[in-house]
Amino acid sequence: MTSDLLTDTAAGLAARMAAREVSAREVVDAHLDRIEATDGDGTSDTDVHAFLTVVADTARRHADDVDQRRVTGRDLGPLAGVPLALKDLFTMRGAPTTVGSRILEGWVPPYDATVTEKLRAADVIVLGKTNMDEFAMGSSTENSAYGPTRNPWDLGRVPGGSSGGSAAAVAALQAPLSLGTDTGGSIRQPAALCGLVGSKPTYGAVSRYGMVAFASSLDQAGPFARSVTDAALLQSVIQGHDPRDSTSIDPVRVGRDLPDLLADLDAGVEGLTIGVVTELQGEGYEPGVLAAFEDSLRRFEALGATVVEASIPHASYGLPAYYLVAPSEASSNLARFDGVRYGLRVDAPTAEEMNAATRGAGFGPEVRRRIMIGTHALSSGYYDAFYNQASRVRRLIANDFATAFEQVDVLVSPTSPSVAFPLGDKTDDPLAMYLNDVATVPASLAGVPAVSVPNGRGAEGLPTGLQVMGPLLGDDRCFRVARALEADLGLDPVPSGANAVAPA
Amino acid sequence: MVTTVKEGWELVVGLEVHVELVTTTKMWCGCLTHFGEEPNTNICPVCTGQPGSLPVVNGAAVRAAALIGLAINCSVNETSQFHRKNYFYPDLVKNYQISQYDVPICSEGHLELEVEGSPVTVGIERLHMEEDTGKSTHLGGSGRLHGADTSLIDYNRAGVPLMEVVSHPDIHDAETAQAYVRELQGIVETLGVSDARMDQGSMRVDANVSVRRPGEPLGIRTEIKNLNSVRSLGRAIAYEAQRQIEVLEDGGEIVMQTRHWDESTGRTETLRVKETVTDYRYFPDPDLVPVHCPADWVDEIRAELPELPAAARARLTDAGVDEAQAAALVGTSGMLAAFDEAVATGADPRTVANWLVGDVAGQLSTAEVDFADSGITGAHVGQLVALVDDGTLSNNLAKQVVEHLVADRGSRSPAVVAQEEGLQQVSDTDELQAIVDRVVADNPDTVATIRDGNTKAIGALVGQVMKETRGQADPRATNELLRAAITP
Amino acid sequence: MRRPSRRRVSEMALSEAEVRHVARLARLDLSDDDVAELAPQLSQILEYAEQVGEVAADDVEPMVHPFPVTNVMRDDHPAASLPRDEVLSQAPDAREDRFAVPRIVAEDA
Ligand SMILES: [Zn+2]
Repeated sequence: MTSDLLTDTAAGLAARMAAREVSAREVVDAHLDRIEATDGDGTSDTDVHAFLTVVADTARRHADDVDQRRVTGRDLGPLAGVPLALKDLFTMRGAPTTVGSRILEGWVPPYDATVTEKLRAADVIVLGKTNMDEFAMGSSTENSAYGPTRNPWDLGRVPGGSSGGSAAAVAALQAPLSLGTDTGGSIRQPAALCGLVGSKPTYGAVSRYGMVAFASSLDQAGPFARSVTDAALLQSVIQGHDPRDSTSIDPVRVGRDLPDLLADLDAGVEGLTIGVVTELQGEGYEPGVLAAFEDSLRRFEALGATVVEASIPHASYGLPAYYLVAPSEASSNLARFDGVRYGLRVDAPTAEEMNAATRGAGFGPEVRRRIMIGTHALSSGYYDAFYNQASRVRRLIANDFATAFEQVDVLVSPTSPSVAFPLGDKTDDPLAMYLNDVATVPASLAGVPAVSVPNGRGAEGLPTGLQVMGPLLGDDRCFRVARALEADLGLDPVPSGANAVAPA
Repeated sequence: MVTTVKEGWELVVGLEVHVELVTTTKMWCGCLTHFGEEPNTNICPVCTGQPGSLPVVNGAAVRAAALIGLAINCSVNETSQFHRKNYFYPDLVKNYQISQYDVPICSEGHLELEVEGSPVTVGIERLHMEEDTGKSTHLGGSGRLHGADTSLIDYNRAGVPLMEVVSHPDIHDAETAQAYVRELQGIVETLGVSDARMDQGSMRVDANVSVRRPGEPLGIRTEIKNLNSVRSLGRAIAYEAQRQIEVLEDGGEIVMQTRHWDESTGRTETLRVKETVTDYRYFPDPDLVPVHCPADWVDEIRAELPELPAAARARLTDAGVDEAQAAALVGTSGMLAAFDEAVATGADPRTVANWLVGDVAGQLSTAEVDFADSGITGAHVGQLVALVDDGTLSNNLAKQVVEHLVADRGSRSPAVVAQEEGLQQVSDTDELQAIVDRVVADNPDTVATIRDGNTKAIGALVGQVMKETRGQADPRATNELLRAAITP
Repeated sequence: MRRPSRRRVSEMALSEAEVRHVARLARLDLSDDDVAELAPQLSQILEYAEQVGEVAADDVEPMVHPFPVTNVMRDDHPAASLPRDEVLSQAPDAREDRFAVPRIVAEDA
């Protein structure tokens, strides 16, 4: 019974709760027990360490409340009672938000993120806050100030990042759903490395209010799940216009509703044209990754899609542009962490020295590097060559996508050039780490939606992901194509292998 | 005459004026902008820079900015953008100020001023929107050497909408600088978008001052801060110009720096030297989208512009009011409206102006009461003029009525004051005749002098009558009766 | 995938003095070791990033927002503020209902 609750999908659990076969409290307890059994505190190399904070009491109370309301016959949402792991970057009253950083240690935010409010309104039950690369800067979750998260498929490997905790929690059966954020691939890449579905919505589809900012023009929240349907269900819950976020898409203003992610989810790919991005494959991609990707392309054809070559001519400039735009915005966004209003303070005789000491001690090496890069890229004499030029390249890439979508319905590529790599493998070489994002940053820069869906196994039997990219507000199309591949592959999302997390 | 700097030198001044807007809520959040509340009571995630919070533009502030821009003859740019100005300071919650940079909401305007009777035009480079900062206060003594002191910060002002108006360096004397600031004050007050109080900080002026030999390129400038009144602006510019000239004439160099005006010593002092231009790393704020001001919207705003000070002054002088009085009527909060109201009752414009700018303003100034707070209305002034015109009040009595209006904040009308205080003029001929007869009888010597041809001596008798009637005698009637009584 | 050649000497390389200057702008305390480590790392990243100069001429409008909209504004209506004590409770130091910091030396910009 318990193991069955852990491996079931969110949709399945929701249906069983609606039919009163199982209570929300039982579902939540089963997952809290699983967290207790597998998560640890990161000190052992068998600890998944997906969570930084578990809010067990709050979760149980919420579950009891859902059960009670269900008894009284109230109309509950489609995910009511389903547990979820929340990246420790969304504010939630009553629990600390650390963003994986020492500088925010002990901060209890005085307000809820819009996403947190939406989860509560939908009666999705938050189990806790998950580990992440500090300030979402990283591709392995090794940059967390609170120790790394391990990949449930191989505890000696990274889960990807920056939303590695949220990915690992779902892969380790600690929660059927989780939320992450994606700035340059921070949902899609860990989804690929943990064998999950992960979605980066169209920029502006989900409110950023209450998401601690990394790079404001790129950050988007999105779901992790073990099935495409679950991911689409969760994204449906969190998307929507928010007047507190000026960049949130207002359907009235753009004359277009946000996409219905569920209506055509199972419509298949027959008749669709799928463009394979020439620039996002080949050199630098592991053979196992490419083999799995090519197998999926054949499956799409077999399912009735037309698979064609497509080009994002400036894709190779995506990574350098990204590593200028994102640090530039970050250098300014992270200026507020100065030891005055919240979080860490390192004492010093003057305010100026206190600021510098606090920031020097509170930020980890990768965050400091990016603050330095961004500060330099915006500084006098360098702005045009770096920040502004990167913003121009961004326009070219967005134009490339728009042009490509005149020919094709979706674009596809491998999500990550490699499968999960061993802990410590790339920590000494920042640039090597950055190259993990090569396939994901182009869609981030263009703001278009992209879903990573499991795509078979690569080296060592580890998961690989296929990225489906759609036009702006074409999130529904991405899910539909991902769903078709998922159904055809029929992969088991539960981790297996010698080094995998203990079975449920 | 305007104060000129030493012969052989030219003063060059550019002004940056910050105006706090009186919107109900702050620039990016729904917190109130109320002045003078308990510290840190009007704060929220946005205006305290809580991680994850986001700004949303207050539409009323954009509207007010466009209104001011049009009033100072700027063009409103069709598209403008918010930029982040990055610098660290504890009262700046995000350690960047959201401001505008290369595309402000308004550009290139001017103000036409009247300085000491001559017309002067001062060019305006731009008007842009930004946010105010919190307020830090120093706790503990000077103790800098002991390193024990602390600063305390209140974020109630953080995020209050601010407009910055930047002039061209078109100003060449302190009086023009003062006239420029007064004109801006009058404009924003007329528009009802700001209190524009320099003493309370809702209008803040920084003066960039340099001197040069005529015809030479611009000299190195210093920036003067802490100017709390139009008067200190003038004094500070004059002082700084003189200081710079002395330094240069002694063979020294002016150092680019910020200087602090000390009202008590009447000097500017070095606040800090700018070794290099501060690198603010401006870039477009990704949390905010561009502001679009289409032409028809701008036309709509333009149509809403009320009569501005320059137009009001012209209207007043056309009505015969002299220029200085017109300037005072327009430049004193609430006075122009009172003038118009008084004139609407049928009173003569010049007479109304005389009363308002003369006795009313004079006595209010002695009592240290602002006209706007005085309770004195245009209807009061209109009635006062009517009472003088119909002979109920002499000028002297009318002045006494004004004293009462000032003293009791206009709570009684002039007619009621005159009646209740017994200030009506005695023009009842029988009563006056009796007094005149008595004065003539009591002053035989004076009467004789007058009869001998020294007609001026009649003034002494008029004075006696006035004394007897406590000033309430109608002077014309008194004169006539005295002449009749003396003439043999 | 492109990788910069480590031998390529770029004018975008950062000296240790420049690293210190940037750290001052960013108000970050860095040790000498930090500076020595960062200078080559940042130089390498910047050399890589410099590629953006190979494309996109000046006539390409820089892109700031992925989804172009304008005039997102709110009405001038009050919203609830936060309880002062809740906000101050998160401050490292608060006194007299205010946020407390060591003395401020530099003047505001
Ligand atoms: Zn606020």
